[in-house]
Amino acid sequence: MTQAIDNERLRRTMMFVPGNNPAMLKDAGIYGADSIMFDLEDAVSLTEKDAARILVYEALTHVDYGKAEKVVRINGLDTPFYQEDIKAMVKAKVDVIRLPKVESAAMMKELEELVSVAEKEFNVAPGSIHLMAAIESAKGVLNAPEIAAASNRMIGIALSAEDYTTDMKTHRYPDGTELEFARNMVLHAARAAGIAAFDTVFTDMNDTEGFYRETKHIHQLGFDGKSLVNPRQIAMVNQVYEPSEKEINQAVEVINAIKEAKVKGSGVISLNGQMVDRPVALRAQRVIKLAEASNLLDEEGNYIEK
Amino acid sequence: MKNNVNRQLDENLMNKLGYQPFQGTDIGNPIKQRVAPKVRISTGNDKLVDSLEDVVKKTVKDGMTISFHHHFRNGDFVFNKVMRIIIDLGIKGLTLAPSSLTGVMNELVIEGIKKGTITNITSSGMRGSLGDFISHGNLENPVIFRSHGGRARAIENGEIKIDVAFLGVPNADRLGNANGRFGDAVFGSLGYALMDAQYADQVVLITDNVVPYPNTPASIKQTQVDYVVKIDQVGDPDKIGSGATRFTKDPKELKIAEMVNKVIVNSPYFKNDFSFQTGSGGAALAVTRYLRQSMIDAGVKASFALGGITKPTTDLLKEGLVRRVMDVQDFDKGAADSMHSNPNQQEIDASWYADADNKGAMVDQLDVVILSALEIDTKFNVNVMTGSDGIIRGAIGGHQDAATAKLTIICAPLVRGRIATVTPDVTTVVTPGDSVDVLVTEVGIAVNPKRKDLVSILSKVKGLPLYSIEELQQLAEKQVGTSKKLEYHDKVVALIEYRDGSIIDQVKQIKD
Repeated sequence: MTQAIDNERLRRTMMFVPGNNPAMLKDAGIYGADSIMFDLEDAVSLTEKDAARILVYEALTHVDYGKAEKVVRINGLDTPFYQEDIKAMVKAKVDVIRLPKVESAAMMKELEELVSVAEKEFNVAPGSIHLMAAIESAKGVLNAPEIAAASNRMIGIALSAEDYTTDMKTHRYPDGTELEFARNMVLHAARAAGIAAFDTVFTDMNDTEGFYRETKHIHQLGFDGKSLVNPRQIAMVNQVYEPSEKEINQAVEVINAIKEAKVKGSGVISLNGQMVDRPVALRAQRVIKLAEASNLLDEEGNYIEK
Repeated sequence: MKNNVNRQLDENLMNKLGYQPFQGTDIGNPIKQRVAPKVRISTGNDKLVDSLEDVVKKTVKDGMTISFHHHFRNGDFVFNKVMRIIIDLGIKGLTLAPSSLTGVMNELVIEGIKKGTITNITSSGMRGSLGDFISHGNLENPVIFRSHGGRARAIENGEIKIDVAFLGVPNADRLGNANGRFGDAVFGSLGYALMDAQYADQVVLITDNVVPYPNTPASIKQTQVDYVVKIDQVGDPDKIGSGATRFTKDPKELKIAEMVNKVIVNSPYFKNDFSFQTGSGGAALAVTRYLRQSMIDAGVKASFALGGITKPTTDLLKEGLVRRVMDVQDFDKGAADSMHSNPNQQEIDASWYADADNKGAMVDQLDVVILSALEIDTKFNVNVMTGSDGIIRGAIGGHQDAATAKLTIICAPLVRGRIATVTPDVTTVVTPGDSVDVLVTEVGIAVNPKRKDLVSILSKVKGLPLYSIEELQQLAEKQVGTSKKLEYHDKVVALIEYRDGSIIDQVKQIKD
């Protein structure tokens, strides 16, 4: 029981950064995004693909992005840039390579193979480069479970709603009904495979209310977080994911009970006469992690009054 | 000769002009003598005239000191109309002493220098082609840069003796009662011009809007005015200031603003009846939004907001979060409009605002100020005057004056483009590090080590990464490398006065 440890990192926010914009690449680390996704794909025009790849490589090897997880969205495997992108990003020792428009486990396996080869070529520790898939079509959604489980390197899957809604012969609506099935598929696939689930971007920066509504919804569903197009959205997502004072105080009690049990050498953890089981312990650990990330705990691990 | 911030000063020039090197920020309690203007006696019935040229001919003579205000900013028509006449009349050897010089004035100042009409300049600042022209040694005598408070002091003690002040106003009656609040070209507070009106020997009001006598409220009074000249248009309302200053959407500026707010809220000064001043820069302005929310959350109200005012600040007044706005200048139409609708927005002159030689200035009562910087060095000295290329491109404004607040926060990005903002030594010292308490950049903050109290408080605040200023300088250098040292000729093109009238730095002619 005491082994229940939540090792997953927080992935509330994955911020898109166009790979061809030096100023944004330089500053991407200052906004406190949990993950930064450098984009070589849609944000970069055909004539700038090489320049962006070189620029992102230099940024990854020279700029300090602190604790953020570094992700690169490479060009799809049907493009002439796919293989060069993989090599450059492996050489740069990026944390995660994100493949767009994934429709099958085979696509992830092909990527995994090329990444392994590149790891050898550039003397990068085998298995150190992680992968994630973006689901952008009906086929991708239906195959989400096999995609999520395609490789040990997988850390997450993301829903990309723009292409998906086009594929579904609809478009995005404020209430998001058209995404319900895809969101639940992606989320279940991720949870079954034990990896992270990322919700799609929300692009209207002027519709703050709509952004909060959507973020609260995906938070309720259970998504790890959301892909973001603007640094200003980071604080808003974090606010939605911020645990309440009550949640924090309960979690602190659970954690203290676990510690106490450890000291006593007791295998059974109890709190207020109730047994603390594994899901409760895990949830408490996650609440504490979120509370720490939101600067809501003091040195002793207690809630700071706001 | 070196001064207290380790700046080399031209000894011959200092002696020739009778200047003392900067010693420190403490003014003490000396007794000073002020001057009074000459008065041409009149019953007031002969003031209204149609011809600007006639007035210039009557008032301006070779070698005089003439002044203007810069409240119209880049929408100013008055300066160029007057200077055109003065240059065409062939008048020589003038000292130009405006409250500041805006870009729209540049070309005629350059022409006036080339033709010998202008031989001396004192100003808060200058930018663009004029800054470039001066930095290349094209004016024989050094420009004297003074803060707004410093200019008020120099006018009061006679260091600036204005012979003729040409003051544009959006309304005036036939005797010269005028304010900045009604008419087409409104700008709100006349704060800087009030000094000229009070101390110039001859005061010429220029307006496009002659209103029935007596005009109230009278910021400038009939007792001060010699002539009222009617012209077609005094300014372009669209270029005086935007309708309402908008908050920045730049995420980096917002990030800086958020951290500035954290510094303020966690400081010992954030309590009921505190006072503050924010600049007009993107990040400084955005602080107002965060501060507003923090004030509501904590139930804290401010006694006054000071300085250059924007609509976000007058909104706080309207909301009751600020009890008084003490207003020397308005940066947008929203703030100017608020001045004539809200009696709690008090117009103040530059002396009341910021003059060091005073029986108490507003800045002496100021708790918190947020200021910007072109550069800041590891001694916390701030440059707001010259670019990293050594060219004059800024203005002191109220920087030195407001920096005497109890908590002075400088907000600036670590680097701008490929240029480091945090440097080992600033190009030009304008505000001494002694009066600066905290630097806020996008990566974190640095606290002046002299403020041990603030170090101790702010180091405990979560989400406010605390660095030493040397660490921030190193981070900047790591990003952009070190730039080649600037090379100068020997000629001094400008002297920077500290607010007490001592010299804090000099600007030399740049080598191309």
